[in-house]
Amino acid sequence: MEQKEKLSSKQMLNDLMADHYQSALDAKENGELVAWATSIAPQELLTTMDIKVVYPENQAAAIGARKEAQKFIDDSEGRGYSVDLCSYARVNFGYANLKKSESQDIPMPDFIYSCSNICHTVLKWYENLAKELNIPLIIFDLPFNHKYDVQDHAAKYMKAQIEEAIKKLEKITKKEFDHDKFKAVMEQSIKTSQMWKDATMVAKAKPSPLNGFDLFNYMAGIVTNRGTKAGYEVFKRWKEELEEKAAAGLGPWKPGEEEKFRVMWDGIACWPYLGTTYKGLKNNGINMVTSTYPDSWTILYDNGDIEGMAKAYSAIYCNSNLQNGVDRITRIVEEYSLDGIVFHSNRSCKLLDFRQFEQQRQIEEKTGVATVLFDGDQTDPRAFSGEQYNTRIQAFLERLEIKKEERRKG
Amino acid sequence: MYFLGIDIGSSSSKVVIIDENKNILARKARNLGTGTNGPEMVIAEALEEAGITEDQIVYTVATGYGRVTHTKADKQITEISCHGKGVAHLIPGARTIIDIGGQDAKVIKLTAQGNVDNFVMNEKCAAGTGRFLEVMARILNCSLDELSDLSMQSTEEVEISNTCTVFAESEVISQLAQGTAREDVAKGADNSITSRVAGLARRIGISPIVVMSGGVAMNESVVRSMEKHIGYDITVAPHPQTVGALGAALFALESFNKK
Repeated sequence: MEQKEKLSSKQMLNDLMADHYQSALDAKENGELVAWATSIAPQELLTTMDIKVVYPENQAAAIGARKEAQKFIDDSEGRGYSVDLCSYARVNFGYANLKKSESQDIPMPDFIYSCSNICHTVLKWYENLAKELNIPLIIFDLPFNHKYDVQDHAAKYMKAQIEEAIKKLEKITKKEFDHDKFKAVMEQSIKTSQMWKDATMVAKAKPSPLNGFDLFNYMAGIVTNRGTKAGYEVFKRWKEELEEKAAAGLGPWKPGEEEKFRVMWDGIACWPYLGTTYKGLKNNGINMVTSTYPDSWTILYDNGDIEGMAKAYSAIYCNSNLQNGVDRITRIVEEYSLDGIVFHSNRSCKLLDFRQFEQQRQIEEKTGVATVLFDGDQTDPRAFSGEQYNTRIQAFLERLEIKKEERRKG
Repeated sequence: MYFLGIDIGSSSSKVVIIDENKNILARKARNLGTGTNGPEMVIAEALEEAGITEDQIVYTVATGYGRVTHTKADKQITEISCHGKGVAHLIPGARTIIDIGGQDAKVIKLTAQGNVDNFVMNEKCAAGTGRFLEVMARILNCSLDELSDLSMQSTEEVEISNTCTVFAESEVISQLAQGTAREDVAKGADNSITSRVAGLARRIGISPIVVMSGGVAMNESVVRSMEKHIGYDITVAPHPQTVGALGAALFALESFNKK
């Protein structure tokens, strides 16, 4: 009986996200402070101080997926923002001006909390917001790791910024920072991160019980709730469901729909065309099993170790050099028994695109798997052609079939 | 038993009919692409040339951008695989194919066995495609064939720095207004398209034998310009426009035999 009453992880995720946004809107209404933060910022500090935080990137993705992005893009471009600027930024600037969305509203911020580990556009994007809205700005400047690993001086630099941010937060909130609570938050954040990672790793099973486009949905949970027990519970339930499916030998789709090929997705989703990009793969029996996302929110460190925490934030995929990125993807190809990789050449994301051709070349050489690259954008609907996507995916499928045949023949 | 391959592109439709011994009975092309009655017309012409009727075709493979709209096909295969198949059949030992079509440019790398090893295509943009040459021909008030002849008579190279088709159009108009010779502008157009496609080719790695297929391969000046940019001799596939259709017909034969 108890089993029947258990909510599905999907329902739990929906509740989690609804609560995330509603509680932030309510907080604003009640005169509490609200922060706007980048997607992989040290949320531990905000959670410790009970500050409501929303993530414009997450909102922009939701606006993109619900096909509402053009309105905000038009608004920001009309006010002089370049079409070459990241479309998340253009959507966010549009929202900051229009303040109303059919897809998902967020409260306006009382201060900005930005971390440059995900890209360097956010430095100016968020600084610009702080200036326009005339609100305080907390920035974490994480230098790009040109060397293979995070260098000690970079970790020390980041650690000092965390300490400085605590002082700034005390000033903004007029409250003292509770270091004991901070430890409890760190403990929860580590546990939630680990559970997220564990759930996504169930996709290693063959066939994979996970359809990777679901990963894009659950990602909203890890972006917004990495420091909460509620987030942990969603991923725990999700992991149980995936394990049950894997144990029963069930694949990503309905029974009878066979997972013929397993691939990884490189880059951000093409939100305005989720249906097209998903069906183009699924209709050909190609399952996107994983991406570089699971690791990006797996921020692990020893509880209480601020420098370790600094290193973990600095070491994410986006902030790592070419060789490091190639090695990570090579490991993913091996661990998840992949047949290929789909590279999204995302017009918005200069940081990821810049090295993509070379990364693609090196990974093909190292792993021998087939890869394909298509042009698109994370939220700007004008930068994608469904017909071109489908032709590339079909040609990719034809290569996958040849490689499979060659393997079969030995 | 006869096998039909049809390549429905953005600006032309091509058909090849073969028999079970891979003998080519008909090879036809029409400058009417997807969304027109071009495919129907060219099938009728090819059947007539082969001297057979439609019911004698036992298997049809469609390729090209219009492949999904051709309801008569038994199977659809992308132009990447079909160009690979066609070239490997015509020129054994070919390892690199440069194919410039109406709305895309692609470079295909073949394995020693003639299978597609890898491919790259142009970005979502008309730069480096046949459309670019069509626009240039229009501004220079000549046909595509004449464009090649014009370019061969060029005495002085002018650079068309814009790869964007729309920007290049205005750049060329101002060149002509300044008195630049049409021949030199035509040559500049060749260089613009080939430098762009050579970049794609280098990305995937070029190894000989390098073959050009697709309608643009009939333009001799583009082929010469491409050789200069990639540093390899280029073999132009016989009847380059119908290579994709030939590959489709060969796949039709294979698919039928597998049934």
